[in-house]
Amino acid sequence: MYKPSKQEAAKLLRQMMEIRQFEDKIMELLSKNIAEGGSHLYAGMEAVAVGVISSLNPDDFISSTHRGHGHAIAKDGDLNALMAEILGKKTGVCKGKGGSLHLADLNKGNLGANGIVAGGLGIATGAGIALKMQKSSKIVVCFFGDGALNNGITHECMNMASLWKLPVLYLCENNLYAMSVSINRACSVKDFKKRAEAYDMPAEIADGMDVLAVKEAAIRWIDYVRKGNGPCLLVCNTYRYYGHSRSDPRVYRTKEEEKFYKDRDPILNFAQKCVKEGWLTEKEIKDIEASVTEAIEKATDFAIKSPLPDPEELYTDLYV
Amino acid sequence: MREITYRQALNEALDEEMARDEKVFLMGEDIAIYGGAYGVTIGLLNKYGEERVKDTPISEAAIVGTGLGSALLGYRPVVEIMYIDFIGLCMDQLNNQVAKIRYMFGGKCTVPLTIRTEGGAGRTLGAHHSQSLEAWLMHIPGIKVVMPSTPADAKGLLKSSIRDDNPVVFIEHKMLYNTKGQVPENEYLIPIGNADVKKTGTDITILTYSRMTLFSLKAAEILEKEGINVEVVDLRTLLPLDKTTIKNSVMKTNRAVIVEEDTRTAGAGAEIGMTVMEECFDYLDAPIKRIAGADVPMPKAPNLESLAIPSVESIVEGIREVMK
Repeated sequence: MYKPSKQEAAKLLRQMMEIRQFEDKIMELLSKNIAEGGSHLYAGMEAVAVGVISSLNPDDFISSTHRGHGHAIAKDGDLNALMAEILGKKTGVCKGKGGSLHLADLNKGNLGANGIVAGGLGIATGAGIALKMQKSSKIVVCFFGDGALNNGITHECMNMASLWKLPVLYLCENNLYAMSVSINRACSVKDFKKRAEAYDMPAEIADGMDVLAVKEAAIRWIDYVRKGNGPCLLVCNTYRYYGHSRSDPRVYRTKEEEKFYKDRDPILNFAQKCVKEGWLTEKEIKDIEASVTEAIEKATDFAIKSPLPDPEELYTDLYV
Repeated sequence: MREITYRQALNEALDEEMARDEKVFLMGEDIAIYGGAYGVTIGLLNKYGEERVKDTPISEAAIVGTGLGSALLGYRPVVEIMYIDFIGLCMDQLNNQVAKIRYMFGGKCTVPLTIRTEGGAGRTLGAHHSQSLEAWLMHIPGIKVVMPSTPADAKGLLKSSIRDDNPVVFIEHKMLYNTKGQVPENEYLIPIGNADVKKTGTDITILTYSRMTLFSLKAAEILEKEGINVEVVDLRTLLPLDKTTIKNSVMKTNRAVIVEEDTRTAGAGAEIGMTVMEECFDYLDAPIKRIAGADVPMPKAPNLESLAIPSVESIVEGIREVMK
């Protein structure tokens, strides 16, 4: 098992708490109609984004998904600018023109969330082409869900990346459902490792509810990709707590199943482990939680008080 | 001045831009060893190596998608979609990713990507290798659409497209590759977004582009003998349209005919015609006329294929009607 330093344990816990509280806050803002439109929330899946991205170098790249808040926060995203973007405000990370589905920050190596399932595959794989041509030691982690496994471009890109030995780590967040359709009703091949086999790349399945398990696997495969061995597939089995989006009544899954995963909550379990292993005290954990709450409140306040974009912005940023 | 083919002109443009900027690289189906289905990239593999001239699997979505990804990291990819008929396979990448990413990200990235493709009828290749789909692309804010008709325009515009920090779809015409024209030996660029008056005239304006420019010029020659003095405006870029040149020409001749190879309904001509209406309605002495492709899938039979697109004769006929 991966053993974090005290400082590292505190950081992992803090980031997961930031994501959880960020998502809970957005659900609150949606239900109060302060946030408009939709939002796909990452709560429950925190161990994946945090476990993987904390194992990257700051100048490595990621591409994200329609459920991208967690990736953006873990990739050193500014909470104020992210919250403002989700509310469509001028101070948002994309000036209020992207929204929840298009959070991006190229300066921090985040090539963007995407409103199209599998939309990040081409971008990430192309970034891999660029890095390979630059003979760079940087890599790309391409996040996508189980739903994207059945989209054509996923196959095109995995084939190309393996053929050209591109530095791309394909990271499948298997949360069991593509909106409402379970993997059992959508995937002819249930063992996702076989998808990688088809393109002659290695694959592993990790427990995506356990940040240390994710981290252990991520470190190994990031190293593999960074050494020029070509791409690989890491599947993290995980679960989203909220529905697909705000209006989802979750009729396609059972209360028992939800309880099963919530009992394995990545944050609670990691916090308990930190105490048990002596990495953090209960007091330290409470302090982290309180400080995260304060940061989220601050970000919310910042976002709500920020102005909408100026009307002149309608036609800017289209062409250079 | 020397004469070279449209194909050679395009090849020179690619060669010069690759020599000038090491960030320029090529990717597409059969472009390296084979030299491209229409031979445009012949010789470039030997000169620049397989790192910069990449044969890809038959994966159109990935070709455009990875072109975008590498452009975001500072490269200037020129990707080739062998036939515009295959653009449907990468339309999500083009429409949802390439065209929108800069805007969606608040202007915090550039996409210096050129997508070369070719279209049009004339080789009796049937419905999947003969289409003119430019109207689909004109409907996408965030990209530019270029369709040159001569070797000189092809070279100057391709060089500009590669240097442009915006995504450009550069549509060649399969029947133009072997056409010859004067092309300067010295380096030059032709700006995107500028139409070119290929023949000046006083009585009526033809607004056209790509291969139909050649047909229009032939029609103008015939009409000249009948005393009808036609002005032929080669639009060269369809997005953005050069409204100034369109306006100046129609205000002078007071009549406008659009000659387009694509299918008539909701085709490029619909946009061009409405632009004339909006910009110079008061100057029109006759209704605008469209001479366009038939609203059918392209048939194989050579006689039907010819009937499915404008001909010199149908252009002449159409103009006579407007001049009545």
